[in-house]
Amino acid sequence: MTAASPILDIQDLRKSYGANEILKGIDLAVHAQETVFIIGPSGSGKSTLLRCCNRLETPDAGTVTVDGVDLGDPRTDINAMRRRIGMVFQSFNLYPHMKAMDNITLALRRVSKKSRADAEVLALAALERVGLAEKRNAYPAELSGGQQQRIAIARALALEPKVMLFDEPTSALDPELVGSVLAVMSDMARAGMTMVVVSHEMRFARDAADRVVFMDHGVIVEQGSPGEIFGQSQHARTRAFVSQLER
Amino acid sequence: MERFVDTFFNASVIASTWPKILSGMLITVELALSVVVTGLAFGLFLALIRTAQIRLLNAAIVVFVDVLRALPPLVMVLIIYFGLPNVGLTLPSFAVLWLVLAAVLAAFAEEIFWAGILSVRRGQWDAARSTGLTFPDTLAFVVLPQTIRMVLPPLVNRTIAITKNTALGTVIGVPELLNQATTAVSFLSNATPLMLAAIGYLIIFVPVVLFGSWLEQRFAFRKA
Repeated sequence: MTAASPILDIQDLRKSYGANEILKGIDLAVHAQETVFIIGPSGSGKSTLLRCCNRLETPDAGTVTVDGVDLGDPRTDINAMRRRIGMVFQSFNLYPHMKAMDNITLALRRVSKKSRADAEVLALAALERVGLAEKRNAYPAELSGGQQQRIAIARALALEPKVMLFDEPTSALDPELVGSVLAVMSDMARAGMTMVVVSHEMRFARDAADRVVFMDHGVIVEQGSPGEIFGQSQHARTRAFVSQLER
Repeated sequence: MERFVDTFFNASVIASTWPKILSGMLITVELALSVVVTGLAFGLFLALIRTAQIRLLNAAIVVFVDVLRALPPLVMVLIIYFGLPNVGLTLPSFAVLWLVLAAVLAAFAEEIFWAGILSVRRGQWDAARSTGLTFPDTLAFVVLPQTIRMVLPPLVNRTIAITKNTALGTVIGVPELLNQATTAVSFLSNATPLMLAAIGYLIIFVPVVLFGSWLEQRFAFRKA
């Protein structure tokens, strides 16, 4: 593998639910250390695209390659690959019956086969990265939404992923809690994490994104730098959508 | 008043029947424990099989569950106890009652467990699978612990209700608590043994009810 080959390579990805075609042939390559934002109206297929990247959804056609491994290949150990593809959800999805620490150590112990002691060391390091080491013994219900989302980020980070997928990570948060989550994501981007982010936090995208992808009706309409997409897009559909975000 | 005491709390009857009542209590406890352990285990097992989504197997489970929930346990006890010997299979009465009640409890428990598994939010599966957890690990460490907390109240109620049916042993001669009492009643023409049996049932089941409430509180967790 050469240094230039993408960490995440999506080719001609298609997915339908019944007669409803959600993804109509998506091509997208994300290189190491890149932060790519995907924006677009609801129903445009953004979340489905993200969920195809770790095979929470099975595509109908096309390939998704992560770090050189074709996820659709029957010989691929999908669980071993998923460990390398972190995912953060809109609704956090922390395990409510487990303390923050145990939320993080579960996959370390069951998937990475670490001992409890080793897993706790790694989990604590991940908690420190999101600034919540002191909450390690808290249950999710005892935490604010912003804190829960940061724990969820730590849960994915602790597995040392090659790429992180964020599915509207701040949409379920009260406005005053959004900043703490975005700050953690900025740190990760700066530290060189490869990130694919479905989000409409435009100001954050301007600062953190290397590239913005605009999707509509299951196709990528255009992509470019934040300045190009938010500033002077040539596409009427992009301009219309961006102007709505600004309101 | 004197007549009331004589009928329901006759001292000489108590003295002559309490050993039998006690041995009946032991049988009832043995039966109840066997039914609870095997019934709940089999019910959970069926619910787990159902998560594998194998169509034919699921249909079979649904039929089993619906039939057992619809039939009165007494009908099944009579059919098996009096019917099976005609085809050359004679089971001890204790075994018949245990089998029937365990199967009925398994049927109800399967439905309760299954509903509980379904009510765990989709996002919990997504989160667990996205970290590389296998399907069985996701069930065991993420979904079932939440399921069990959720289903504990209906499960405890149903378990107590079905376990009390051990009294059906009376009709096929299992020497359990009620059977000992009714036998004594027919010999002595006095209702005192029935009162003793009622007290026996309270001694067995009140702690179970209390244990159930304790379990519910112990395992309750605040929803995220």
